[in-house]
Amino acid sequence: MPEQPHEPEGAIAGTGMGATMDLGASEAATLERTPAGPRGTGPAGKPRSLWSDAWRDLRRNPVFLLSALVIVFLVLISLWPSAIASGSPLQCDLARAQDGAGPGAPFGYDGQGCNVYTRTVYGARASVTVGVLATLGVAVTGSVLGALAGYFGGVWDSVLSRITDIFFAIPVLLGGLVLLSVVTSNTVWPVIGFMVLLGWPQVSRIARGSVITVKQNDYVQAARALGASDSRILLRHIAPNAVAPVIVVSTIALGTYIALEATLSYLGVGLKPPSVSWGIDISAASPYVRNAPHALLWPSGALAVTVLAFIMLGDAVRDALDPKLR
Amino acid sequence: MARYVARRLLQMIPVFIGSTLLIFLMVNVMGDPIAGLCGERACDLATAAQLKREFGLDKPLWQQYATYMGNVFTGDFGTAFNGQKVTELMGSAFPVTIRLTIVAILFEIVIGVTLGVVTGLRRGRPVDTGVLLGTLVVISVPTFVTGLLLQLLLGIKWQWISPSVRYGGFDELIVPGLVLASVSLAYVTRLTRTSIAENKRSDYVRTAVAKGLPRHRVVVRHLLRNSLIPVVTFIGADIGALMGGAIVTERIFNIRGVGFQLYQGILRQNTQTVVGFVTVLVLVFLVANLLVDLLYAVLDPRIRYA
Repeated sequence: MPEQPHEPEGAIAGTGMGATMDLGASEAATLERTPAGPRGTGPAGKPRSLWSDAWRDLRRNPVFLLSALVIVFLVLISLWPSAIASGSPLQCDLARAQDGAGPGAPFGYDGQGCNVYTRTVYGARASVTVGVLATLGVAVTGSVLGALAGYFGGVWDSVLSRITDIFFAIPVLLGGLVLLSVVTSNTVWPVIGFMVLLGWPQVSRIARGSVITVKQNDYVQAARALGASDSRILLRHIAPNAVAPVIVVSTIALGTYIALEATLSYLGVGLKPPSVSWGIDISAASPYVRNAPHALLWPSGALAVTVLAFIMLGDAVRDALDPKLR
Repeated sequence: MARYVARRLLQMIPVFIGSTLLIFLMVNVMGDPIAGLCGERACDLATAAQLKREFGLDKPLWQQYATYMGNVFTGDFGTAFNGQKVTELMGSAFPVTIRLTIVAILFEIVIGVTLGVVTGLRRGRPVDTGVLLGTLVVISVPTFVTGLLLQLLLGIKWQWISPSVRYGGFDELIVPGLVLASVSLAYVTRLTRTSIAENKRSDYVRTAVAKGLPRHRVVVRHLLRNSLIPVVTFIGADIGALMGGAIVTERIFNIRGVGFQLYQGILRQNTQTVVGFVTVLVLVFLVANLLVDLLYAVLDPRIRYA
């Protein structure tokens, strides 16, 4: 079998997470082939690293600035929702059910007479928490396992590759429904745990490929010749040069995890009432959609803008980190 | 070629066993399948023990898995706890979902590839920027939001379509298919665009232009054919994801397909239904990926399978 150009590893990564999870995976794959491009030189003739170069690009990118602004706003309101919304999201008055906009309730009331504005503001917390923590978990687990497999190769590597194949074959929503339908705890932790469990193979695949490319570089050979230990080579020499694709994939995945949390909550297995989440609100509003479409539209809009902001941020980061586009 | 296929089929076995075992464990370890059988109240002990014996649930888990897989290969997917054969459920559910998936794939190919070619050839122009932004927006709006919005607009406000599907023919599945395809459609557009823009500068395109071929022939026969490889990979892998991901779309439009049966099965902890359907979905995923790999050789004459 001399020629085998398209091993499963070469196929698009992330199919297991549904089509929703691999924006940028293919782009990141081109990125990992050229991990650190030729170093640019600044105006003073000082060599710049990939990172300062990327940061310079990002600061001038309007897409990045806009999405960063939205994200900062989202983080602030998920930390202090009471700053812009009065009252409690759980305080509902059935007499006002399905009413339109009124004083103190610019978005109107939902089918249970809850203030849609307050609930939409408070709903940001669940999304941001799940998105950030799930991404951190997936990025750390995936890159550690992937880097070890890529660096040491051998049996562990083939075992890991087969395990990722297995995880990719399971449709993500199905896994979520099966695993989360029996969970009774009504916190964000089971949802986050599930995302880490099914999300790490995507990152580990990228990290593995990236480490394999970087470890063939001369400076890694040089470090080894100088007697550096495996852990030192991995942490000091390989990691900084191999981490860019992982960052790109993770940033974009953050948006999709937020969408996934809302989808799971919509299906009734993610967060459950009395938790406040956009997915729950959208699900609750859909039976009343004829009479009170506003109860559906506002949380949907908030969800879409949030996911869009994170995906655009990831897109901008990828453009900045990909030397091929310079 | 035959050796390659044989090797790939052998490679599929551990993945198939692994993923079905994983789903089997998830379904069995985490929920008590008997709990859903006695209605809202708990079963009394004697009934529970008898039911467990009847369904073979008193045996160790590995033995249950082995028995189950043995039966599956003789075409027996077991009986759901309400007495209906799982194969019967499949017979009614899969045709609808397959139709839905076909509609979705057609949307991906026709709209996605066309937009990708148009933007890839005009990289950096207003059309390109506009479509690129559009794809980002489509990717950002989760499927269930797109579905509910289209249902609200087309089904309820303007009454162009019926908001729920009754018999599941192709005509009723156009809008649900578009909803199911929406996110993948955006990916297909982006992938085609990147691929076209990359290959536009390749030698064989320059040769084709230099030979004096008309532009559409260069684009369709030379540029597109080679650029489609990543797109085909994506669509092939997407078939499995679409069929499994139809849960949301089928719920919104009330389609009685695979997703609907799975959702019911999971909520009622009907292990036989869930494991059976997932087993078939995993098989579909693996076979689709194999077919895609074989398609490469058709698309790119430089690829040969020894």
